[in-house]
Amino acid sequence: MLKDITLGQFFPGDTIAHRLDPRTKLILVLLYIVALFQATGWVGYGLVLLATAVCMAASHISPKNIFKGLKPMLFIIALTALLNIFYTTGTPIVPGWIITWEGLERAVKMMLRITLLIAGTFLLTYTTSPMALTDGLELLMNPLKKLHVPVHEMTIMMSMALRFIPTLIEETDKIMSAQKARGADFENGNLIQRAQALLPILVPLFVSAFRRADELAVAMESRCYHGGEGRTRMKQLHMAQRDWVALVCGVLFLAAVIVLKRFGL
Amino acid sequence: MSVITVENLRHTYSAGTPFEKVAIDNINLTIPQGQFVGLLGHTGSGKSTFIQHLNALLQPTSGRVLLDGEDINRDKKSRHDVKRKVGLVFQYPEYQLFEETVFADIAFGPKNMGLKKAEIEERVREAAHFVGVEERLFDRSPLELSGGQKRRVAIAGVIAMRPGVLILDEPTAGLDPAGCRKILANICNYRAESGATVIIVSHNMDDAARLTERLIVFDHGHVAMDGTPEEVFSRPQELIDIGLAVPQSTALAMALREKGMALEGAIFTHEQLLKAVKRAKGVGTC
Repeated sequence: MLKDITLGQFFPGDTIAHRLDPRTKLILVLLYIVALFQATGWVGYGLVLLATAVCMAASHISPKNIFKGLKPMLFIIALTALLNIFYTTGTPIVPGWIITWEGLERAVKMMLRITLLIAGTFLLTYTTSPMALTDGLELLMNPLKKLHVPVHEMTIMMSMALRFIPTLIEETDKIMSAQKARGADFENGNLIQRAQALLPILVPLFVSAFRRADELAVAMESRCYHGGEGRTRMKQLHMAQRDWVALVCGVLFLAAVIVLKRFGL
Repeated sequence: MSVITVENLRHTYSAGTPFEKVAIDNINLTIPQGQFVGLLGHTGSGKSTFIQHLNALLQPTSGRVLLDGEDINRDKKSRHDVKRKVGLVFQYPEYQLFEETVFADIAFGPKNMGLKKAEIEERVREAAHFVGVEERLFDRSPLELSGGQKRRVAIAGVIAMRPGVLILDEPTAGLDPAGCRKILANICNYRAESGATVIIVSHNMDDAARLTERLIVFDHGHVAMDGTPEEVFSRPQELIDIGLAVPQSTALAMALREKGMALEGAIFTHEQLLKAVKRAKGVGTC
């Protein structure tokens, strides 16, 4: 049920993709996204597709898992495709039709672009634990501290939010079961009735979320947590040789896509 | 009448994924009307999964659950109807309270059954009486009450549906001794007056020994032992091997026997221990 949500889930493993430094992976995803939006011709798209496939193979993530995560986005992808099909001018497929060859091509490219965008970011969250991810993010954004941006506070809030998603899902499951046992009905009725039926879930969920937040704050303070100032880490991140190799590959990949664009491919 | 029959029950979580896990397997049981049953077993032994099958919150992967001879998973309607016949109180039920007043929260179950206002009110009063929630608390917010009071309000919310079978998952967890005694007395009270079957999941062996007529011990998703407290506690070593405790008097009796004292019979209450020791020492039983 609720537990089947894969969005942002981490699959533990020991592949090259898992072992890369989170900073490397974050930069690679950034390069990947830029490349994806630079690709215009079919050859460029082909190259991005190839890169995605190589990364998937390197991280032992099956396409099935990626597609499972895509499910919630299907509506947006379909809508984008439809809009592109109908609102692009050009030569009609059949004379007099509103659908054009250009529209069809753009629709396919847009679908490909969104799918690849999601797939690429999924590869990051599938292979990087939330903790490593926020650590990497904090280190990457470290220079911003000079501008008094509360980088540490932002990343610790993020890691806590990520940490508590499964807990809250489990809690929701439990509360739903308990209310169902008291005869609550979440599946039938009109929209208003269904919205009302959510109240017996939301109120206890909020109460417990606040309670948890309170307890967590006390637990952190009693262990002398006082923010990022002078805080050291148990797990130091080190850039290894493979990280530099991966980064060079990433830059080369982006350069190739840009060159292809210049030639209109 | 409410006779529960469980046939070849098996439940697998996350079937078809790498996280697949068989929670319970090959469970065959009959629980007659009015029996007071204790479910024992360590964490993860399948107790909670099992009880959620008895009111169709979980559907069996294979096997059947029958209430009075009819499959409770027959169709959508039967799955819904069984919830008013089999009341299930979860662990820490106070975390499910949500209404603005105690009265409204206890009335949630009966209201979902589609009862009339007068009937709902009568049931709320009756349920509150069973669990010892005073009527002057009816207009208070349930969130303002003490832990023990909250728990009793939550139990009243299930009792108000007048279930023929009442299942409670560790109803005394996290309460102080006085709170524990009160809750258990309330449950016995409900059973005595309504004649309902009561199934209670407990980690407290002394309570289980004292209150129940039958103990079912779960281990790794199977029923390891099933019998009267006499039968179950006469094999204390098996319980210990499973990783469970035995009642204090049983543990003491085991220690005394090891030291060479010849104690007779199954011992799981203080009275039985006292009697056995007196007999062994040749003191008159008075």
